[in-house]
Amino acid sequence: MTADLGPAELVAGCALLALTAYVLLGGADFGGGIWDLLAAGPRKKQQRALIAEAIGPIWEANHVWLILVVVLLFTGFPAAFARLGITLHIPLSLMLIGIVLRGSAFTFRSHYGPGHGQEGGEGGRTSQHWGRIFAIASAGTPLLLGLCVGALASGALTAPGHAGFTATFVAPWLTPFGVGVGVLTLALFAFLAAVYLTVEAPEPALREDFRRRALGAAVAVFVAAFGTLGLAHLGAPLMGRALTTAPWAPALHAATAVAAVTAIWALWRRRYRLARVAAAGQVALILWGWALAQYPYLIPPDLTIRAAAAPRITLVLVLWALVAGGLVLFPSLIYLLRVFKREPTRS
Amino acid sequence: MAEGLGVSELAAVHHNVLDTAIRLGAVKTLAKPFEAGELLELVGSVLRQPRNAFHRRALAVALLIGAPAAVLQPISGDLSARFVAHWQPVKLAAMEGHFKTERGAPLRIGGWPDEAAGETRYAIEIPYGLSLLAFKDPTAEVKGLLDFPRQDWPPVAIVHVAFQVMVGLGSYMALVSAAALWLMWRRRELTRHRWLLRALVLAAPMGFICAEAGWIVTEVGRQPWIIHGIMRTAEAVTPMPGLVVPFLVFTGLYAGLGVVVAWLLHQQVLRSPEATEEDAA
Repeated sequence: MTADLGPAELVAGCALLALTAYVLLGGADFGGGIWDLLAAGPRKKQQRALIAEAIGPIWEANHVWLILVVVLLFTGFPAAFARLGITLHIPLSLMLIGIVLRGSAFTFRSHYGPGHGQEGGEGGRTSQHWGRIFAIASAGTPLLLGLCVGALASGALTAPGHAGFTATFVAPWLTPFGVGVGVLTLALFAFLAAVYLTVEAPEPALREDFRRRALGAAVAVFVAAFGTLGLAHLGAPLMGRALTTAPWAPALHAATAVAAVTAIWALWRRRYRLARVAAAGQVALILWGWALAQYPYLIPPDLTIRAAAAPRITLVLVLWALVAGGLVLFPSLIYLLRVFKREPTRS
Repeated sequence: MAEGLGVSELAAVHHNVLDTAIRLGAVKTLAKPFEAGELLELVGSVLRQPRNAFHRRALAVALLIGAPAAVLQPISGDLSARFVAHWQPVKLAAMEGHFKTERGAPLRIGGWPDEAAGETRYAIEIPYGLSLLAFKDPTAEVKGLLDFPRQDWPPVAIVHVAFQVMVGLGSYMALVSAAALWLMWRRRELTRHRWLLRALVLAAPMGFICAEAGWIVTEVGRQPWIIHGIMRTAEAVTPMPGLVVPFLVFTGLYAGLGVVVAWLLHQQVLRSPEATEEDAA
């Protein structure tokens, strides 16, 4: 791997960073929905209220990152965008429906009167229906996202030819490896959400609830990650080989392991802020490991970053646009977080 | 196409960016304050309970935000029209139902374009109007559809009718808004002018319909191109078969969400606190 970096690699790198932000921030929103679905025990209602409170104010903002990934893909790498749009038409459409339903259901749920989340009463029951839709869409969407990533990593997304409908539009993404990546994505999002919620919880009992959930999710991530790595040798040989034999592989696995162990140790010792940093680091490293394993390919086995890239002038203009956009976006985001996520002052 | 862009393509891109920016600005200013149902419910409530302070204040806020935008809208629309005249003459011809190239072209209000016969029937024609609006010169030549190859025409009737709807409703909203702003400026009590409230009830769904009509003009008007002069829509569509399925699914999804939103807005205004001016003070 030579360090041959041009504007195409820089734009691809920015897309990866945006995807990382989406997974770390938006992913936790999905995870929150999963815990809403799995809410249980004596503090069921408080768990759901905490999730809604944590997601509520910054929820639309997190989709900025997914929009950025899509925009960078179609301006910077139109050939890759076209191929993904064609071959992943079905899971991407379903994912979009999931995102739309999730957002709408979350908003509608909070509109159904003061009886929101309460048992009984017309408003309460309708609110529960929307809550159920919100929770199911929250679990289904990451699964579909994982299926898409799995299809991409497996090298099955070749240029669409004249093979039949199933061979072109279904078979590439509906694979055991794809399902493995889907389950891993689900586990990672649930893990992130539970860890973040330990920091946000206002009282010790609720914090303990999410600490236990975070530890459980960490085990699920561990199992799913190794299961997927095993499936990779059959379903995504290129990826499997790169992740086991590449010269950078040991260092990457070591770093990921350190982050994972730190997260679990910090959760065990109830050092929640450290756990949050370590968990985010662990998830980012898994994502970057995938990107590194398929470099220089944007869509393995044949479409490289360079081959898919737009003309140089477009890439350079996109990079300038990113700088200008960042100058607006980052201060706004920081302000948003400061307004909504600061510790409540005790009076 | 990958080998660098020519001057004409760059000009087209430049125009499309500007056009999009203007269109987006227009849609935002129109659609937001006049969030159809909301205003409708609000004004309806003011009519029913004229002494409810909550409704009166909400109406004043909506008007303060929405009315200036509606009044300024025609100016941005005029700017937009001149861009189209210069860069997309086919689209302009379709918007106006203008078939024959002529100097001193009239502005057609209403009417039905007959593509086969190559003329627009039943329109009110204002002499020199189109030349004046598009090029600021009453004798300027405006190219007609018949001077362009048939395969480059958008569906003329849809574009023309949508444009008439947009301009008609936009003008109505600008007038009503100007009247409301005038009364507010003179510190008159708006709720005493029931004709204004009734006019506002009519205006409520119009902002929404107007914005939709505007999108139809933009998107249908640039057919058969998806990128003007570079790529045709037919070349850009996915080879995925059975596209009617996602079309119906997404249409159904949004229609369903629309119904829920309308119902929720209705509920919200009904539930609003009943307070008279004395309570609020």
